[in-house]
Amino acid sequence: MGKKEMSTYHRPFPNTWWLKRKPYVLFMIRELTSVFVAGYCIFLLVFVYKLTQGADVYGNFIDALKSPSSVALHFIALAFVLYHTITWFNLTPKILVLYKGEERIPQGLVAGMFYAGWVVVSVIVALFVLGM
Amino acid sequence: MITNHDIVMIGGGGAGLRAAIAIAETNPNLSIAVVSKVYPMRSHTVAAEGGAAAVIKDNDSLENHIHDTIAGGDWMCDQDAVEYFVNEAPREMIQMEHWGCPWSREPDGTVAVRPFGGMNIERTWFAADKTGFHMLHTLFQTSLKHNNITRYDEWFATKILVENGRCQGVTAIELRSGKIEVIAGKATIMCTGGAGRIFPFTTNGAIKTGDGMAMAYRAGVPLKDMEFIQYHPTGLPGTGILITEAARGEGGIMLNKDGYRYLQDYDLGKPLDIDDPSHPVKKSMELGPRDRLSQAFVAEREKERTIPSSYGHVVHLDIRHLGEKKIDKKLPFVRELSKNYAGIDPVYEPIPVRPVVHYMMGGIDTDINGATSLPGLYAAGECACVSINGANRLGSNSLTELLVFGARTGKAAARFALEVPHPDKNSLELQTADEQKRITRNFFRKGRGTERIFSLRKEMNETMETSAGIYRSGKSLKETCDKIKELKDRFVNIDLEDKSLNFNTELTSALELEFMLDVAEAIAYSALKRTESRGSHQRSDFPERDDENFLKHSMAYQTNTKPHIDYKDVIITKWPPGERVYGKEK
Amino acid sequence: MAETMKLEIFRYHPEKDNEPTFQTYEVPFLEDWVILDAINYIKDEIDGTLSYRWSCQMGVCGSCGMMINGVPKLSCAVFLKDYYPDKIRVEPLTGFPVERDLIFQMDDFMTKLTEIQPYIIRNKDEEKPLDEGEYLQTPAELARFKPYSMCINCMLCYAACPVYALDSTFIGPAAIALGQRYNMDSRDHGRDARQELIASHEGIWECTFVGECSAVCPKDVDPAAAIQRAKVSSTIDWFKDVLIPWGKKK
Repeated sequence: MGKKEMSTYHRPFPNTWWLKRKPYVLFMIRELTSVFVAGYCIFLLVFVYKLTQGADVYGNFIDALKSPSSVALHFIALAFVLYHTITWFNLTPKILVLYKGEERIPQGLVAGMFYAGWVVVSVIVALFVLGM
Repeated sequence: MITNHDIVMIGGGGAGLRAAIAIAETNPNLSIAVVSKVYPMRSHTVAAEGGAAAVIKDNDSLENHIHDTIAGGDWMCDQDAVEYFVNEAPREMIQMEHWGCPWSREPDGTVAVRPFGGMNIERTWFAADKTGFHMLHTLFQTSLKHNNITRYDEWFATKILVENGRCQGVTAIELRSGKIEVIAGKATIMCTGGAGRIFPFTTNGAIKTGDGMAMAYRAGVPLKDMEFIQYHPTGLPGTGILITEAARGEGGIMLNKDGYRYLQDYDLGKPLDIDDPSHPVKKSMELGPRDRLSQAFVAEREKERTIPSSYGHVVHLDIRHLGEKKIDKKLPFVRELSKNYAGIDPVYEPIPVRPVVHYMMGGIDTDINGATSLPGLYAAGECACVSINGANRLGSNSLTELLVFGARTGKAAARFALEVPHPDKNSLELQTADEQKRITRNFFRKGRGTERIFSLRKEMNETMETSAGIYRSGKSLKETCDKIKELKDRFVNIDLEDKSLNFNTELTSALELEFMLDVAEAIAYSALKRTESRGSHQRSDFPERDDENFLKHSMAYQTNTKPHIDYKDVIITKWPPGERVYGKEK
Repeated sequence: MAETMKLEIFRYHPEKDNEPTFQTYEVPFLEDWVILDAINYIKDEIDGTLSYRWSCQMGVCGSCGMMINGVPKLSCAVFLKDYYPDKIRVEPLTGFPVERDLIFQMDDFMTKLTEIQPYIIRNKDEEKPLDEGEYLQTPAELARFKPYSMCINCMLCYAACPVYALDSTFIGPAAIALGQRYNMDSRDHGRDARQELIASHEGIWECTFVGECSAVCPKDVDPAAAIQRAKVSSTIDWFKDVLIPWGKKK
């Protein structure tokens, strides 16, 4: 009855797969933000290194950072780091599954604890910076 | 091609898997095949909701379970089988626990039980309201541990092979390739479930088409008590989706259009207030047996006290008073199904329900070991009739039955397999060639007629609902017998659009329809000949139970013309026939 | 036929086709029809050659998973009205080879499921005879693994997983979740036996936590959580091994 040898069909999975659905796009952005997070970590290390090189070097470095392009880069980095943080905080209840007796502690509460911690640390840092 | 095994299971649901594991554990050297037209975890055991009965609590007794089962079955149960079943049930349920079944628990960690209809004490083990699902997956996953179990997933069995006076396996189509092959076994166990799809409105999935019953029937094995069809009183209108009896076990109530608990008018006891700590009272009102509740619906309908809906009349199942927390914990699936398929949230609204075809008490005639009259052929589960279900099955006995008789039948088949010689290879091959020819001739021949599967199936559904429903009469059954004959004649002219081999689901639908027509014939003739009313078989022209003439199992044999209906005595040991009393016991 | 709707269905027949095509069917639009009802209508009334899997029609047998407008769904659990009046595109679940039409091949999953050892494994000397009754398990202990036991093997999570589509050696969401279901069962001692596969490269470490497996799961199993939690416990294992090598279990 059949003409050709029976075989299964393997559908291609194009490299653009992640453009097909919004959740995949958001995932790829989250992955991409890691680059910025890593980049900024390196930047912070450089920052500390410059600090150890004496006041002049450090002053020049700070001046360079005030350039419009550097400020713009900082805003972009901030946006990506925020995206990274928020998406990961929202995912924490998946990793941290807590129970009280039979009842699972609501996922919102677990994520909420991370947000609360974030706010507290930010406030402390802000006080420290502004207090100087 | 022939593949040889010691024991071949046809069907991979609860009974088939339990049988396979029982053999694998007791005889690790035997080769076991599980042949299923679907992946085993798709089998319809998956849809059972409420629970499985077994005596485990101190306040219960085996005697209670036996009596509830026998009275529930209107004394049509074989009492030796019931006694064995009830004795063995707790052990099987504990075995399931040891295999990891996630039974719901009491705070102290022991297994929890709930009441079901027709029970005088709560004895239904449950895994929330997905008991069948959890049992099936536990069994399936446990079966993966045994490497002497070979699975034939998506192989469609078409015929029992008989040679030298014994069953030597089956022919089956590998759906993927369309090839037809012999799966030979020294013993074969039918575990193919019921045939609810013969009816238009059923809780049963699409796969429940009575394949095993029909194959056995064609091989000369009688089908027993086929007239006893259980209507579950609470199915969702339209879809027929089951709303478990556990909803009533937990305290749900049945209301007619006036918000009146109408069951009190049908000799099922007096209602207690829903706030009364004794509500729900066992074996009373909403916890009466399924046949009586379904019959009460018909009577309410005739009194015009039901509620019209776009899918016929309904009544209300109200569980609102249980509260959201209890519903979410004990009946989450009821809530999920009601929301998705009836568009109502049972926390806030009553659930519209109507009786729906649910289960077949009858099936392939077997003895207490699951053996049929054909040596080498066994049956277990819904497709078999041992019989512990009599004229009306008690809710939550069927899941337990799968285990108890699955295991027992498996072991009996294994003993048989150890004693018989290898299959007669050559003649099995010849028979397979014949079966291949039959299928080609019947379904792929050019210039066939114009009958469509769908229309024949629809006509079969309609005639069965009209005549073999909750109430039956000689006149309508007679018409149905003729109608089935007509449909079988027309089936010869069936036309398939799909002439290909690979995954031809039109071919399997046709084969299923052919199976169903055989089973429908056995049902209609058995029902016509039973001129009494008993359990789920209610004859409007013979409203009384007639123990003198009909305390007997109907045995339907296929012949070239109409089926021959014979009778076999019910085995009565210690519990003489009595009145079924509901709502009056304490 | 008053109102109608169009379904655009993926067709592939291995005996005839080298490439799949799409075929459009017009079906009646009914308020309470699910997509599976429409597909059954096509099979019964329009085209008997369409092949697909289905059975229970109540979202528990797991047979009828399909891509509905590119999203994996149980076709018995999504309603036409949610798409009306637009055309609905129906394809077999992605990530799997197609056998025919909407039927995909799931042999790979069945092998992986077996390999993950989804059954209770107990230490030899700790097996309790049946006569001694059930193992005690508190409702709290049950709650720990219960969500992972709800998997119906419908394969939607695999279809949502780009990792699996790109590299089918990945054990995948459902199989790992089922492994975790037993790991977290208070009656089980089999974690070490399963760990070899779960903690392997093809196991949890392949997962990049896209999270769509959990998003599409019709039974709220949350396989993504199962995998991430397995990563955490495997990492803890590793640290324990490195820091206190003498503390290694027998």
